[in-house]
Amino acid sequence: MPQMNMVQAINDALRIAMRADDRVVILGEDVGRVGGVFRVTAGLFDEFGDERVIDTPLSENGIVGTAVGMALYGLVPVVEIQFADFIWPAYDQIVNELAKYRYRSGGEYPAKVVIRAPVGGGIRGGHYHSQHPEAPFIHVAGLKVVCPSSAYDAKGLLLSAIADPDPVLFFEPKRVYRAAKGEVPAGAFTVPLESAAVVRPGRHVTVLAYGAMLYEALDAASKAVAHGVEAEVIDLRTLWPVDITTILDSVRRTGRLVVVHEAPRTCGFGAELVSLVVERAFYHLEAPPIRVTGFDTPFPYSLEMEYMPLSHRILPALLEAVRS
Amino acid sequence: MPPDDGVVRVLRDDLTLDPENDPGLSDAEVLHLYRHMVMTRLLDERLVALQRQGRIGFHVGSLGEEAAILGAAFAMRKNDFIFPCYREFGAALMRGFELGVFIHNMFGTAKDTVRGRQMPDHYTCRRVGWGSISSPVGTQITQAVGFAWGAKIRKQDVATLVYFGDGATSSSDFHSGMNFAGVFRVPTIFFCRNNGWAISVPVTRQTASRTFAEKAAAYGILGVRVDGNDLFAVVSTVRKALERGIRGQGATLIEAITYRMGGHSTSDDPNRYRGSEVLEPWASRDPIGRVRAYLEKRELWDGAAEERLIAEIDKEFREAVAVAERTPLPPLESMFEDVYERPPWHLLEQRAQLLNGPRAPSPHS
Repeated sequence: MPQMNMVQAINDALRIAMRADDRVVILGEDVGRVGGVFRVTAGLFDEFGDERVIDTPLSENGIVGTAVGMALYGLVPVVEIQFADFIWPAYDQIVNELAKYRYRSGGEYPAKVVIRAPVGGGIRGGHYHSQHPEAPFIHVAGLKVVCPSSAYDAKGLLLSAIADPDPVLFFEPKRVYRAAKGEVPAGAFTVPLESAAVVRPGRHVTVLAYGAMLYEALDAASKAVAHGVEAEVIDLRTLWPVDITTILDSVRRTGRLVVVHEAPRTCGFGAELVSLVVERAFYHLEAPPIRVTGFDTPFPYSLEMEYMPLSHRILPALLEAVRS
Repeated sequence: MPPDDGVVRVLRDDLTLDPENDPGLSDAEVLHLYRHMVMTRLLDERLVALQRQGRIGFHVGSLGEEAAILGAAFAMRKNDFIFPCYREFGAALMRGFELGVFIHNMFGTAKDTVRGRQMPDHYTCRRVGWGSISSPVGTQITQAVGFAWGAKIRKQDVATLVYFGDGATSSSDFHSGMNFAGVFRVPTIFFCRNNGWAISVPVTRQTASRTFAEKAAAYGILGVRVDGNDLFAVVSTVRKALERGIRGQGATLIEAITYRMGGHSTSDDPNRYRGSEVLEPWASRDPIGRVRAYLEKRELWDGAAEERLIAEIDKEFREAVAVAERTPLPPLESMFEDVYERPPWHLLEQRAQLLNGPRAPSPHS
């Protein structure tokens, strides 16, 4: 089975989708000849030409607005937003238009666009190349939000996202774009949306993580063993609609919950995850849930490793959850 | 002599047509357009009355802009697509949207095509190539470009016409849409109804440009000004823009100069920001009156025909209102449909909570 990193796996998924369905087109800044600033679309311009791999003007609002129009016509646009930090000029088109089209037209106009965007810190990108903005999109009725952590999942989830009838925000953890390597089958396969994966079983505490922070959670979990703590680590993979069944099955067994995400804490996705668990499994909980997250500050450049919820901050949370 | 200002005009004061831009409409076509203009104005009046009586929540009308709205849609082909703003119901009806279904939308009933999910005047009708309506201004502009661009990529002969007002030219979507259409030579017709006002704000607060049409030059596309109260000039100008688009010559920005004779909507009182004297010069150039005078001079129309037409429309309208008022609101569970293709677990859970929970005391307020 071929070894791929996440960039290669996503590239492979895009090529497979475009070969299988000539309605699939890619739009974005620098996605054409140069193959994207992270080379995720490398080689696609040469294979599919400039009408299907489209270097656009530098306008996120224009890219998403025209992609919505293409979707209404019947194409399947896969948009690349160069960094998730640049997505905000398109926010109105995503929130008020793309996400609402099926609903507001009584089903006459389903609008299906996949929006890919690299997310997250730890790459010396400062505030404008490090944000992890899943929460504002999860809050929007009509969107699905995905964030893979492995090359295998990235390929399988992107193929699912492109085939899915609803608009999908596909957030790619760029800190592990090349580090997340593994065996990935050649050819088409899918990982279903809305399914989390228990990536490390354990019986003392449940850790929910996704994207690049999954690896930090796994590192903390392996270090916790020395303290006699067996943490169960769940990779959410699809953030919304979240796989509530897998989460509750785990928390009902462990009785303890730690949630990890890079984005700021207040009204972050962790708040929703904790609420969902507390509403449904309150009497199974042995300790207060703990959130290990970015701080409620803008993302800092020089102090980024202090800002991020890395293993050194997750480990004490695991021990505290089990101790209390 | 008309002023030499580059504005396309066809219907002269002596009720003859300037041959230079005469669209060559048959008498039957002019009568068809005239009937729909009259219907649009009459429905506007009736719908405002229903709102004042508290029977519907809202209406956004097109008083004074009927020639611009209907003329533009008439020039487009069946296979073309129209992206409306929210002031163009008359054109939707002319393209085949049924009056009865429109009235269901005005009442938000179970038979509304958008299932009572949007305010009145936010209907949709894909069957007649009519888009879905959004209240935020300008958002349909980039979408219209994307639609025509998608068709171009698929080598299909489809153009789009997008309606918007002068206020929307200030939006980022106007800039993005014009720019993308210019770069990719997309067959979209940008139809700007310059009606003088964006709610209470005059055009001088939207732009320091001398005209809206000249903005096209910055995007490398053609800009044209047309007398929006001249039905013949509007049809001719949009047809030429459509032919350019079909020939691969790209997009056109059309500035239709007209005037919003009423308020922005039923929620607006224009007396608070403009005097009635500003309406006088425009009233004398009423787009419907001009076509009626043209038809009467050619002995194709008279007072009796007008009375018959109004009676017909009124009858159809009254019946549609009666049906809509007897039609129930959409069922509770419809709130959760079409958010996604299939409702995920959280919507099923919330649907059950709604269905099993207490009912609101009354549907509105």
